Amino acid sequence: MPELKGWKELPIGGIIVEPGNAKQYKTGTWRVLRPVYQPENCIHCMQCWLYCPDQAIVVEIVDGKPKMKGYNYYYCKGCGLCANVCPRSIDPKTKQPAPEEKRAIIMRPETDFAEE
Amino acid sequence: MPTKQALTGAEAIAYAMKQINPDVVAAYPITPQTPVVEYFAKYVADGVVDTEMIPVESEHSAMSACVGAAAAGARAFTATAAVGLALMHEIVYIAASLRLPIVMAVANRALSGPINIHCDHSDAMAERDSGWIQLWAENVQEAYDFTVMAYRIGEHPDVRLPVMINFDGFIISHGVEVLETLDDDVVKNFVGKPIKMYSLLDTDHPVTYGPLDLYDYYFEHKRQQIEAMKHVPRVFKQVAEEFAKISGRKYDLVEEYMTDDAEYIMIALGSTAGTIKHTIKELRAEGKKVGLVKPWVFRPFPKFELQRILNGRKGVIVLDRSASFGAEAPLYEAVKSALYEVAVRPQLGSYVYGLGGRDITPAHIRQAFEDAFKGYLIADEERYLGLRE
Ligand code: SF4
Ligand code: SF4
Repeated sequence: MPELKGWKELPIGGIIVEPGNAKQYKTGTWRVLRPVYQPENCIHCMQCWLYCPDQAIVVEIVDGKPKMKGYNYYYCKGCGLCANVCPRSIDPKTKQPAPEEKRAIIMRPETDFAEE
Repeated sequence: MPTKQALTGAEAIAYAMKQINPDVVAAYPITPQTPVVEYFAKYVADGVVDTEMIPVESEHSAMSACVGAAAAGARAFTATAAVGLALMHEIVYIAASLRLPIVMAVANRALSGPINIHCDHSDAMAERDSGWIQLWAENVQEAYDFTVMAYRIGEHPDVRLPVMINFDGFIISHGVEVLETLDDDVVKNFVGKPIKMYSLLDTDHPVTYGPLDLYDYYFEHKRQQIEAMKHVPRVFKQVAEEFAKISGRKYDLVEEYMTDDAEYIMIALGSTAGTIKHTIKELRAEGKKVGLVKPWVFRPFPKFELQRILNGRKGVIVLDRSASFGAEAPLYEAVKSALYEVAVRPQLGSYVYGLGGRDITPAHIRQAFEDAFKGYLIADEERYLGLRE
């Protein structure tokens, strides 16, 4: 929790005087499920990046091509959309959910990471 | 050179606004306020002012337009009354909470129901906790003077609050009186250029107005408003002093009339103070030591002034032109609470009068004073003047 300002330090009227400061607002604090990236299974198709409503997928451009680099948990709400659209979540042969060790994204309860 | 003119209160306020030449006036007609903006609309139509006049479809929109204009850094004005003010209620709070120094003239009128268009203070009392500065005029002259002073008070960097000028519906709004008006350039110099803070049109310093403010900061912003109100007495006195230099008329938080040696003091807001002064003159001629205290400023409430003046008097009579159902009348409640801590508490009496425009006469005022002379004031009893039993 950041240090909150007292009434004498704030601009009056709730006016926001610093543009674009919503960037500083940590919106991922109410996540209950956490997507966990397993890079060895990723084909860098960027479906997760395309669908994530919170720009929580970290991308790096390597040789002019985008590469999935994991998560920015500062913003991730844990909605699970990325895991849902990831092609590696489905076994291509059986069209059934792929086993966890084959997936590129798995959803874990946030409580598993309580110590972090 | 000050000029004598015979004007209604509505015309006098419009005349002051003409001299101020605000950037934006947004208004919706409602009795008895309508002539204020009618007269002003004529100035706009005739090109006497370059104000942007916004005829809106309701008072809720009128105050919303004023909020937008004031946030942009413009001087905004509106006028309303009664149910019109009630319809604005939501935005009235927002104007104060966003710290926008809007000026609004309120031609005080009864709130429904049954429908009544006449003078009564319940409209303004319903907004007393909205965070607006409330000035109360006794006559046309004061309505004019307060209009000239209002922006200077509200725009002060230590204040930044909207100002409501209350002037009794019909009695002041439609009654013609002789008043002294100042020259255009004197008013223009007095009000000066608007003091802008956090202007939306200042694109070099972009700001956001009205974001979400939850339990993390809302309380702090309310505390700032409480603080702003504490600065008002000082700023009001400062502006009043400067105003006295250009007009010769000296205002303060309260007016004292024949209070020096008074044993019995009456307190009232607005035009009834004139009737009380008249009655006091008669009673003085009979050797009665009576006086009047008239709050020119009701929000912030002039508690310390009242404590100083009323301490040790024999009797204090408070007249309210509005009721508070299930509690004491608003002015009385505030005066009574102020007197809790004085060294020698006077006897106190609460009198409600004039609801819905019911006449208040010198005979009624005398009747309340007579109660006080007899020592027959009871702090917990609300009495009524001019009511049929
Ligand atoms: S959707 Fe799955 S496979 Fe595609 S880039 Fe994202 S994690 Fe990798
Ligand atoms: S769980 Fe939802 S918010 Fe988090 S990265 Fe995936 S799609 Fe984005």
